[in-house]
Amino acid sequence: MAKETLNEDLITGQQTYVSLDNTIGSMVLDGKRHKKNWYVMLGIAFMLLNGFMLAVGWLLYQGVGVWGNNVPTGWAFDIINFVWWIGIGHAGTLISAILLLVRQQWRNSINRFAEAMTLFAVLCAAQYPLLHTGRPWVAAYWLMPYPNIMGLWPQFRSPLIWDVFAVTTYALVSILFWFVGLIPDLATLRDKSTNKIGQKIFGFLSLGWRGSMKHWHRYEQAYLLLAGLSTPLVLSVHTIVSYDFAMSIVPGWNVTVFPPYFVAGAVFAGFAMVLLIGLPLRAWYGLKDMITMKHIDWMCKIMLATGLIVFYGYFLEVFYAYYSANPAEISLAEWRFYGPYSPAYWALIICNGIIPQLLWVPKFRRNLPLVFIVCLFISVGMWLERFVIIPMSLMKNYLPASDRFYYPTIVDFTMFFGTIGLFFFMMWLFIRFLPVINMFEMKDLLFKQNLKKEKEAEEKQEAGVH
Amino acid sequence: MPQIFKPAANYIARASLILGLLAPLIIGYGVAAITRSPANTKVQVPINQPIPFSHQHHTWELGIDCRYCHTSVEVSAEAGFPSTETCMSCHSQIWTNSPLLEPIRKSFETGTPIKWNKVNKVPEFVYFNHSIHITRGINCNTCHGPMQQQHITYKGNAFQMQWCLQCHRAPERYVYADEKNPHMSPRQQVFNLYWKYQAGDELTAREHKILGGEYGGSDGADEKKAGKELLAKYGVKVQQLADCAVCHH
Repeated sequence: MAKETLNEDLITGQQTYVSLDNTIGSMVLDGKRHKKNWYVMLGIAFMLLNGFMLAVGWLLYQGVGVWGNNVPTGWAFDIINFVWWIGIGHAGTLISAILLLVRQQWRNSINRFAEAMTLFAVLCAAQYPLLHTGRPWVAAYWLMPYPNIMGLWPQFRSPLIWDVFAVTTYALVSILFWFVGLIPDLATLRDKSTNKIGQKIFGFLSLGWRGSMKHWHRYEQAYLLLAGLSTPLVLSVHTIVSYDFAMSIVPGWNVTVFPPYFVAGAVFAGFAMVLLIGLPLRAWYGLKDMITMKHIDWMCKIMLATGLIVFYGYFLEVFYAYYSANPAEISLAEWRFYGPYSPAYWALIICNGIIPQLLWVPKFRRNLPLVFIVCLFISVGMWLERFVIIPMSLMKNYLPASDRFYYPTIVDFTMFFGTIGLFFFMMWLFIRFLPVINMFEMKDLLFKQNLKKEKEAEEKQEAGVH
Repeated sequence: MPQIFKPAANYIARASLILGLLAPLIIGYGVAAITRSPANTKVQVPINQPIPFSHQHHTWELGIDCRYCHTSVEVSAEAGFPSTETCMSCHSQIWTNSPLLEPIRKSFETGTPIKWNKVNKVPEFVYFNHSIHITRGINCNTCHGPMQQQHITYKGNAFQMQWCLQCHRAPERYVYADEKNPHMSPRQQVFNLYWKYQAGDELTAREHKILGGEYGGSDGADEKKAGKELLAKYGVKVQQLADCAVCHH
């Protein structure tokens, strides 16, 4: 495999409007573009998903006792996985909303699948708090405030109820944002589709889009508004998730650095997941001209920056423990360093603190297998971070008499890998049935790029004349 | 390319937009309404019994005290169902040949209790105690509806938690004592009301409402003040009355 070099333009190769449409659109319209890889990935994901179904069935039949959770470790894999998935879901909105508002055009080729990733990650995340209640069918009145026949309301002073609102708002706005952004592309697919059913489905979904001036005007307004709405959400959702911990008095949780450190961790994990999906995608479907080395380089830099904030967070946690002079906090920090689960802590430092430092080197950022491996380490590291924060802190508390060791069970692991299956199953269906890259924004980008090149050529000519 | 959809699709699209917005409201309101309606709660729906026992006939027309049949209501969590022997204490003497009472006689002969159909029940995770309510002066009819008017017994109230909490959160609105009989204990007050009614004494508006099973608490400042004084006198710990563990242990 020839090493790819860093490019200047955001769209490389000899691309035209038609070739862009065809490269992306045919992934939906032509089933033959999906080779063995797609089927293998979908198959693996489907098997994991079945494992998830079995684990959930067993969980609902038996109750949450099939998990390793105990007293005092009431939160374990359920909340680890919830926070992990919500974190992964963050890159999508960051890419689509914040990068849109700051006019970063390199977002155009990655925003669509990053947003889809966000939706599926939030879907996976949502499984956990619901199942964690043990009886998800009555969770309605535990989670949502409505005038029920019990005269009961959720505890509004608890961050857990803020979390419900943060996550549901995030899911709703993300779905809207994703769908609104899809409309012009759905209309393109409607027009290009050759079979009746495809035309009907895409026609229905494109809501009568004809691409008139009025339509574009309204589209731009709606899209910008939604971007404005979702921008604060990028920061608020994980801030509130961190409040679930930071607002309590559990040793190791009561740290004010939690919100920024959680948000940075979320973006960190999110970009790692974007690359984990984006790298195979561009290789298997010939999208190298759209998701270019420049994109990968920039994403690596974002990971490096957010990774450093996260690493700083780990330092501060230790600093706070000793600076507080609180025996419970200090003993918790030392339990992390030397306790029976200390390998998890040190693995976290290696995965999230040491390995991402490779990305400082430009040569490594261009070495795609290496970038892929770093992203894998980051994903594992972010999971370990939540493991260190959640069960490892809960096991040890103020009262040594109530300390109890926590062991995850097979059901815990099946559910965790099961949601990975759910995520990839949805992701691979998305790749098959919807355009993974924003077609019209790519065409817009190509237009602007060509315009810029023409201008430069003209200027050069003029400079040559004088 | 021919048109994919007919022109009517535009109208369907618009209509579905409006319906899509209204649907959650309609469904939400509908579910809430059905949950609270007698279709679900069975309030005021008479329940068939093996013997068509009339509370109206026995308590109002004949003037039998509640406790004659519901013997443990003052001292126990359960009010208690009358045994066949209780019925037979009268019906061995009167209406001895009534075909309606055949199941009673059969039960008496065979020693098999009658299976009454339960009208009022709370879920198993609710630990309701009759005695504490009686000994704090809560009249039977406040919860059970106008017992002296019921032919075939029905549920007077839905017993949804929201309903229980109306009193548990503000007991001063419900607690009651007859001002003319201040020496009576709250327990005596409960049953004295029925006797006053039987004797044809003059009743206050509030007493009429209690007997009619339609008393929903009083909001008058004087009544609330009197209620608070009563609560202090009865030793009701208002601050813990709405705690989960009071009813759910």
